[in-house]
Amino acid sequence: MSLRDRIIAAGVAVLAIAFAPIALRAQADCLACHGDATMTDSAGHSIAVDGQKFGSSVHGSLQCTSCHADIKAYPHPDKIAPVDCKTCHADQATSVSGSVHASASDQPCTSCHGVAHYIFPKDDPRSNVYPLNVPKTCGTCHGSPDLAKKHGLPNVYPLYMDSIHGFALSKEGLLVAANCQSCHGSHGILSHTSPQSPTYKSNIPKTCGTCHAKIEADYEQGVHGKAVAGGNLNAPVCSDCHTAHAILQPTESAFRMQSTPICGNCHKDKFSTYRDTFHSQLGSLGGYVETARCWDCHGAHDVRPASDPASPINKANLVTTCGRCHAGANASFVKYQPHANARDRKLSPALYYIRLFMNLLLAGVLIFFMIHTILWVIRSRYSQVKSRAANGGKNA
Amino acid sequence: MPELETANTTTESAAKGRYFVRFTREQRYMHAVLFTTFLGLAATGLVMRFSESFWARKFAAGVGGFGAILFFHKLCAIVLTIAFLIHVKEVFQRGLFRREKGIFWGSTSMVANWKDVKDLFNHMRWFLGLGPKPQFERYAYWEKFDYWAVFWGMIIIGFSGYAMWFAPFFAHFLPGWALNAVLIIHSEEGLLAILFIFAIHFVNTHLRPDSFPMDMVIFTGGESEDEFKHKRPLEYQRMLSEGKAESRLGIAPPLWLLNFSKVVGSIAIFIGLTLLVLTLTAYFH
Repeated sequence: MSLRDRIIAAGVAVLAIAFAPIALRAQADCLACHGDATMTDSAGHSIAVDGQKFGSSVHGSLQCTSCHADIKAYPHPDKIAPVDCKTCHADQATSVSGSVHASASDQPCTSCHGVAHYIFPKDDPRSNVYPLNVPKTCGTCHGSPDLAKKHGLPNVYPLYMDSIHGFALSKEGLLVAANCQSCHGSHGILSHTSPQSPTYKSNIPKTCGTCHAKIEADYEQGVHGKAVAGGNLNAPVCSDCHTAHAILQPTESAFRMQSTPICGNCHKDKFSTYRDTFHSQLGSLGGYVETARCWDCHGAHDVRPASDPASPINKANLVTTCGRCHAGANASFVKYQPHANARDRKLSPALYYIRLFMNLLLAGVLIFFMIHTILWVIRSRYSQVKSRAANGGKNA
Repeated sequence: MPELETANTTTESAAKGRYFVRFTREQRYMHAVLFTTFLGLAATGLVMRFSESFWARKFAAGVGGFGAILFFHKLCAIVLTIAFLIHVKEVFQRGLFRREKGIFWGSTSMVANWKDVKDLFNHMRWFLGLGPKPQFERYAYWEKFDYWAVFWGMIIIGFSGYAMWFAPFFAHFLPGWALNAVLIIHSEEGLLAILFIFAIHFVNTHLRPDSFPMDMVIFTGGESEDEFKHKRPLEYQRMLSEGKAESRLGIAPPLWLLNFSKVVGSIAIFIGLTLLVLTLTAYFH
C-alpha cells in the first residue's frame, strides 16, 4: 500500500465515521434539517418546523422524539408513524373517543388545536382554543353548509356570530361570553339527545345557569322550571324561547317579534285570543317594541300561575303590571281581559253578542246594498241603451 | 276659488247650457276633508286590523313601523273629529239660531221621511221592471243613508277609538269589559264603513252608468241643467215653481277645476278600490 493509498483509506474512514448514524437528542439536531422552511417530503408536503415558534409553544420544552417516538437516530425512514397524542393526553383522548367527534377525522386533536408543532395553551391568544378563537375554530366545520347538510345539523356558526353571545365575543372581546365550548364542552361533546350532554333538554337550565345564575334560580321557581324538574320535557327550557345559537337581546324588536308565536306553540288557545287584541295587532307590525308580549304581563323566567301572589297577573298586582305601560291604570281598567274570546258565548256573553250584532249589521247592510247596487247598475245601463241615449258617461 | 276669473276660458262646457249650484264651497271642502282623512284612516286602520297579512307588514315597514301607522291614524282621526264638530255646529247654527228652513225636516232635509221609504221600494220595483222610476228630491234615500251611515259611524267609531286611545281615562266611568268591546266595535264598524264606501258608495254615486266614471258635482259644486233635471226632477220642478232658478244659477265649472277634480277623484277611487281588494284578500285568506 502506497502512501497515497493510505491517505485515501484514512480519508474514507474519517468520512465514514462522520456520516455514521448518530443518536438524536436535542431539538437542534432535528432542526439542523427541518429548520429549513422550504423542506418538503417526497410527496411535496412541508416538513419544516419553525424552531423558534415551536420553542414558545406549549410543547416547546419537549424533545422531538418525545412525540415522534419511532425516530431514534439519523438517518430515519421516509415513512414514520403518526404521532399519538393520547400517549400523554389519555383522559382527553378517551373523552374524544366517546364524543360526537370520535370518528371526525384521523387527527381530531389538530383539527381543533391547530398545527401540531405550534399548539399554545388555551389562555394564549395565539391558541385556536383561546375563547375568542373558539367559534372560528369550530366554525371551520360548523360554518360549512355542506357539512351541516351532510350531518343534518343546523349551520350554526353564522347564527352564533350574529347572536348576543357572538357580538359580545367578536365586538367586545368579552372573554367570559359564552363560546361553543361553554355550553357544549370540549373533548367529550355529546349529542343533545344524550342525557349526559350539557345541551340535553333538562340540563340546559343548569348549563345556562353557569353564567346566568339568578335567571336559573328564577326559572326554577316558575311553572316551566318546576315542570322540567318534574320530568316534563314538553315544558320550555332556556333555548326554547331564546333559541340555542341565534340568541337575541330580548329588548330588541326582532326578538319581541319572534317570541309570542314561540309561547303560542304550546299555549295555542291563549295565543289565538291574544291575536284578537290590539296588543297583538300592534305587535305583529313590528317597529314598535313597547306593545305587551306574553312575558310583559306573565313574567319571563319565573312564570307563575295567576293564583300565586308573586305573579304579576295576580289580581293584587294587576294595577302595577298594567300600569307599567298604561299610566293611570285603575281597578276598573285592569278588568280588561287581555285574552277575551268574543267567539265564546259562555265565557264572555257581552262581547259575544256585541260581535254578533256588529257582524249581522255588517253583513246585513252590505248584502242589501250589494243586491241594490248590482240591480241598479244593470237597470240603468239597460235604460241607457234602450233609450239610445248612452253617451259614454253622461246621464241618459 | 278663482272661478269667475277663469270662467270665460271654458267655452266648451258653458256652451252646454245653464249650471246650478248643488254644493257650496264649504260643503265641498267638507267632503274633501272627509274623504282624505277617511282614506288615511282606512289605509292605516286596515293595516292594524289585518296586521298578520303580507301587505300589512310591508306597508308598516315602508312607512316606519307601527308607531308611524298609529300616528297617522290618530292625526287623521283628530282632523276628522274637528271637521265633524264643525259640521254639527253648522247644522245647529243654521237650523236653530238662523232658523233656516228645511234643515231638520222637509224636502231639502237630510232627515229620512216617508217618501224615502216609498222611493226605496219603488226604485227596487223599477230595477226589476215592475214600475216607473221614482222622482227624487234634493237628497235621495241612498244619499241620506250615506250621510247617516257616516254620522253614526263618526259617533260609534270615534267614541270607541278615543276610548282605546285614552283607555285609563275612560276606565273611570266604563266597566272593564267595555275596554274589550270597543276594539270589536271599532274594527267591525270601521270595516263596515270601508267596505260600504269602497264597494257601495263608489258605485252608487260615482261608477253607476248615470254618473260614470265620477259624479263631479261634489268637486265642482255645479251641475248642468240636464243632469239636474234628470237626477233630481222634483227638486228641479220645485226650484222652477218657487221661482228660485235665478238665485241657484252657477257658472260652468272651469276646465282647471274639472281636471283637478278628475285627478283627485281618480286617486281617491284608485286608493279606495286598492284597499277594498286588499281587505277582501285578507278576509278570505
